[in-house]
Amino acid sequence: MPDGALPVLEVEGLKTVFRTRGGEVHAVNSVSFNLRPGELLGVVGESGSGKSVTMMSLIGLLPSPPADVRGGRVAFDGLDLLHCTPDQLRAVRGPGIGFIFQDPMTSLNPVFTVGYQLREPLIKHMGMTKAQAQKRAQELLELVGIPDAARRLRDYPHQFSGGMRQRVMIAIALACDPKVLIADEPTTALDVTIQAQILELVKELREKLGMAIIWITHDLGVIAGIADRIMVMYGGQIVEQGPVSEVFHRPRHPYTRALLKTVPSVRGVREAKLNVIEGQPPILRAEPAACPFRDRCAQAFALCATANPRRYPVGPGHDAACFWDFDTGAPRPIDAIAGAAHV
Amino acid sequence: MFDAVQKPLVEVAGLKMYFPITAGVFRRQVGNVKAVDNVSFTIFEGETLGLVGESGCGKSTCGRAILRLYEPTAGAVRIDGTDVIAASSDTLRQMRPKMQMVFQDPQASLNPRMTVAAIIGEPLDEHTKLSKAEKLAKIYALMDQVGLNRDFANRYPHEFSGGQRQRIGIARALALNPKFIVCDEPIAALDVSIQAQVVNLLEELQDSLGLTYLFISHDLSMVRHIADRVAVMYLGQIVELAPRDAIYAEPLHPYTQALLSAVPEPDPEAEKSRRRIVLTGDVPSPANPPKGCNFCTRCPKAMAICHETEPQFREILPGRFVSCHLYEQTAGEAAAPGARSEHTEKTIQQGE
Repeated sequence: MPDGALPVLEVEGLKTVFRTRGGEVHAVNSVSFNLRPGELLGVVGESGSGKSVTMMSLIGLLPSPPADVRGGRVAFDGLDLLHCTPDQLRAVRGPGIGFIFQDPMTSLNPVFTVGYQLREPLIKHMGMTKAQAQKRAQELLELVGIPDAARRLRDYPHQFSGGMRQRVMIAIALACDPKVLIADEPTTALDVTIQAQILELVKELREKLGMAIIWITHDLGVIAGIADRIMVMYGGQIVEQGPVSEVFHRPRHPYTRALLKTVPSVRGVREAKLNVIEGQPPILRAEPAACPFRDRCAQAFALCATANPRRYPVGPGHDAACFWDFDTGAPRPIDAIAGAAHV
Repeated sequence: MFDAVQKPLVEVAGLKMYFPITAGVFRRQVGNVKAVDNVSFTIFEGETLGLVGESGCGKSTCGRAILRLYEPTAGAVRIDGTDVIAASSDTLRQMRPKMQMVFQDPQASLNPRMTVAAIIGEPLDEHTKLSKAEKLAKIYALMDQVGLNRDFANRYPHEFSGGQRQRIGIARALALNPKFIVCDEPIAALDVSIQAQVVNLLEELQDSLGLTYLFISHDLSMVRHIADRVAVMYLGQIVELAPRDAIYAEPLHPYTQALLSAVPEPDPEAEKSRRRIVLTGDVPSPANPPKGCNFCTRCPKAMAICHETEPQFREILPGRFVSCHLYEQTAGEAAAPGARSEHTEKTIQQGE
């Protein structure tokens, strides 16, 4: 992956708020990142950390109300996706950015055949005739490894198993040759042996088609195997970001460190007692003015309750949003912090 | 841990749970879904038996049938010396306090219209004759035990997070001082950082109260953490049962091997070099299992005999049970572990 290459997707200061009866929930707070061509970016976080909402905000998939994308910039293909007309957005979804949803059961329409659902984007976005679309649909099903593709096009989603349905979802997302593929927990609903099949498939397709992929998951094991870069989210913000081996071997945010320790291994040393992160993730009623992790953090000190740390560089292409410096074992120098408090 | 003084608490023999498939106006039975098909195992007092398998393999049905929440089609289940399956409804009711269950979905298994105190206290109302004050004291003690704040006793389940709700479910299961608890995917609905909290709680309770668990899960890494022995289920049958360290270090059944190799490792370097056995195809329908070995349609080591005859579930090494034709030959010579791999090779050649 050439480092100098222009990013295909640039997100800056994205903010999403949900207006609910109980007040506002600030789900995404000033999230900035970019995606390079051909890269696989893993996004990790617990439920409610804002990872899915971030990705759905970028391409306008959240219903508004209750969602309100308050600000920021999403640059893709010369457009700012946050200030596009619905027609422009519709043209981006599919050929520009493809989306694979978490639950293959509910994201396919049960009353149409799989063939119909595969042809739809081809006819609408690619301007194909029905016959061309039919041929391409069959190729796509073959691409994702569904045997007997011609016959299976006439089947309805309920006639497919979970793993096969997820393959259909992937085929639909790939139908218009997207430049960016966003996969939202695509293997979470699947069994491990089927998950292994899908992971192999994605690796293979990525080599063949060379698109950039954003892969959302809460499973650190899945990310370790496929991602180039990893982004850890907590409390609606990015707390750590860096190349995958850097983040796994030199985690520099207390949350990442704790998260890596709570996951027991199937192969490594068996711990007598599991490490836990005490407490609960925060509910963000307002934009956090302090570090959202401080209540569960072993390193927290006075400053953490008064300012929200910015993302400090901690290694090559690696940054962490924490006032504590794990390399020196002390808080970061005060001037760096004073500067950060305004950001 | 595994010495001769160990006393079996739960003995399951030939348990079958078939669900009828009916068709037509008269609901004529046209077949069976063999959710649990001839399962036998023993759980010793104070141990945790992990029951793992993919969705639909029958592990939850097995757990429920053992507590006779279903009426099993055949088989016997002895818990603490009494046959649960043959017991009359009166006897069964008297036994209920000894055997409890923690359910998967803490949202669905707690009545939304009852307060926490009422939920935890309900088994006490049913099975004991405590005074109001004694009952409240017991409820508070249980809440302390599972790490719930006493002040929340009059709140409703929706006011709690997933992890706390699972603690309520655990407190309810503990109310009658049970000996045996079936934990049916107790952590599947929880976030990773919360899973560890609940698993640690279950372990602490086991140590302090001497509980015996059947821990049903699809999470192989968590099972490795909590279980003493592990049983692997596939399509309604147990294909392998062995002590935890042995099964994770050297799985014998091809399905266990594939299952373990499919679990991703949270370490990028290890992931790069790791060799994965990727199974082809999907699990067949339990209404129409394949002839011979249930796993023969996906098994990378399937031989001719596998498509013909069903393998026997037997002990091929001390404490290690497996149901596979690859090991049929060695079954009689359980004493010689060194000779095993050779035998395996031989068996394969003969099979081909």
